[in-house]
Amino acid sequence: MSAEPTRVSAPAAISPARIGAMVARYWYLLRSSWPRLLDLVYWPAVQMLMWGFLQLYISQNAGFFARAGGTFIGAVLLWDILFRGQLGFSISFLEEMWSRNLANLMISPLRPIEFVIALMIMSVVRLAIGLIPVTLLAIAFFGFNLFGLGLALAAFFVNLMLTSWAVGIFVSGLVLRNGLGAENMAWTIMFIFLPLTCVYYPVAVLPPWLQHVSWLLPPTYVFEGMRALMIGHVFRLDLMLEALALNAVFFTAGAAAFLALLKSARRAGSLMQTGE
Amino acid sequence: MSSPPAIEAVRLAKVYKATTAVAGISFALAPGTITALLGGNGAGKTTTIAMILGLVEPSAGHVAVLGAKMPGERHRVLHRMNFESPYVEMPRRLTVRQNLRVFAQLYGVRDVAGRIAALADELDLVDLLDRETGKLSSGQRTRVALAKALVNRPEVLLLDEPTASLDPDTADWVRARLERYRHARGATILLASHNMVEVERLCERVIIMKKGAIVDDDAPAALLARYGRDTLEQVFLDVARGRGGAREAAQ
Repeated sequence: MSAEPTRVSAPAAISPARIGAMVARYWYLLRSSWPRLLDLVYWPAVQMLMWGFLQLYISQNAGFFARAGGTFIGAVLLWDILFRGQLGFSISFLEEMWSRNLANLMISPLRPIEFVIALMIMSVVRLAIGLIPVTLLAIAFFGFNLFGLGLALAAFFVNLMLTSWAVGIFVSGLVLRNGLGAENMAWTIMFIFLPLTCVYYPVAVLPPWLQHVSWLLPPTYVFEGMRALMIGHVFRLDLMLEALALNAVFFTAGAAAFLALLKSARRAGSLMQTGE
Repeated sequence: MSSPPAIEAVRLAKVYKATTAVAGISFALAPGTITALLGGNGAGKTTTIAMILGLVEPSAGHVAVLGAKMPGERHRVLHRMNFESPYVEMPRRLTVRQNLRVFAQLYGVRDVAGRIAALADELDLVDLLDRETGKLSSGQRTRVALAKALVNRPEVLLLDEPTASLDPDTADWVRARLERYRHARGATILLASHNMVEVERLCERVIIMKKGAIVDDDAPAALLARYGRDTLEQVFLDVARGRGGAREAAQ
């Protein structure tokens, strides 16, 4: 073998090259597998069509829903940003477990923060692949243009993505520590947000004690903000700022939990055994 | 003055709840040497390697690689070491070239394309570069895993049963490549193996573990002489079956 040394860069604190390598790794996987790509679009499309037609039906039979045109479809699309954002993060992480590649990454110079940033980027990529065609379908079928929400959509998007990443980071830590036995959490954890964050109905519908719980969750502010915009035609900046503050807490807690679970996994020896 | 050890374990221990996997072992590996970790299943070899790699945190004692304590200071040295095991795989749907590119970037290799071309040439992977890793035979996958382990030309290389499940011809081919790499790079290699032929051929030092402890540590020839045996396999069986009397008699 050749004797000349290979030029290797000294490890930087955060390396864009290492983040890029991980993003490339997931992108190679996505583009090599049409079932993975189809899966990104299929369920959001089915859900949007189902809720869209339901809204069409009841809006023809009830005065309030006629005035609240598009709130169901808007809620479905925003819910998908939250749900698919977390799923995109978690599935990319699970790919490492399924391919038994995690130990290779953990002994490489890749740092946890770089791994998390790469997973965040991939969650946006996966979300875009799934949601852009569905958003176009919503325009074609129901005349609902999510992009018509303008700057408000950007505020909704940022807040929902932050929550989805916080939950995704936490779930990844659980899987790191407990192996694939914790995989189901990745698929189901977000559903607790569905009733509590009032995706399809106002917070006022909940019993008073549950409303307090609901207001502890950042997406609640987004869905209330969406209804305020679509029904009352008011953009509630105050709600977005409150959501942002709560998201800072959620994200910090998720990251701290991930690091604690990673440390615990090193103590328990579970980084070598990534099965059940 | 002698060089500082490439790997140094001092009273290194790992206890999982009530089970002692590694029981306070100490050893130091000089730079440029090839050492074998021998022992039966559950002897503590894999846990020891995992602690050296920083994958497992010791319960007591410490281990340092190139002067950096693991796992706390791992980011100082991870780019200078690497690992290969048939029990750790690479993404199966990625092509060999894609996998090597990803790992080369992770390890900070500057001329990625040039390094992949050199590895493909050295490890006979040229025709496999654009094939999916999961569709290769086990022998081909081992060569790819070896390419990944050498992508950063590590100064410290850890191998866990590098020729397990390979036919004798392919296993011999892999051993020849490892020997060449060690000579060319002056690398320190630590390998866990159950293959005594492999250990006799490659290693200048053998550390024998049993129930988490080191029960012997010497050059292969010295071990053969001490146990009065012709092969390391016989020595291994003596140790595994507790025939320590043979050793004491030899001493």
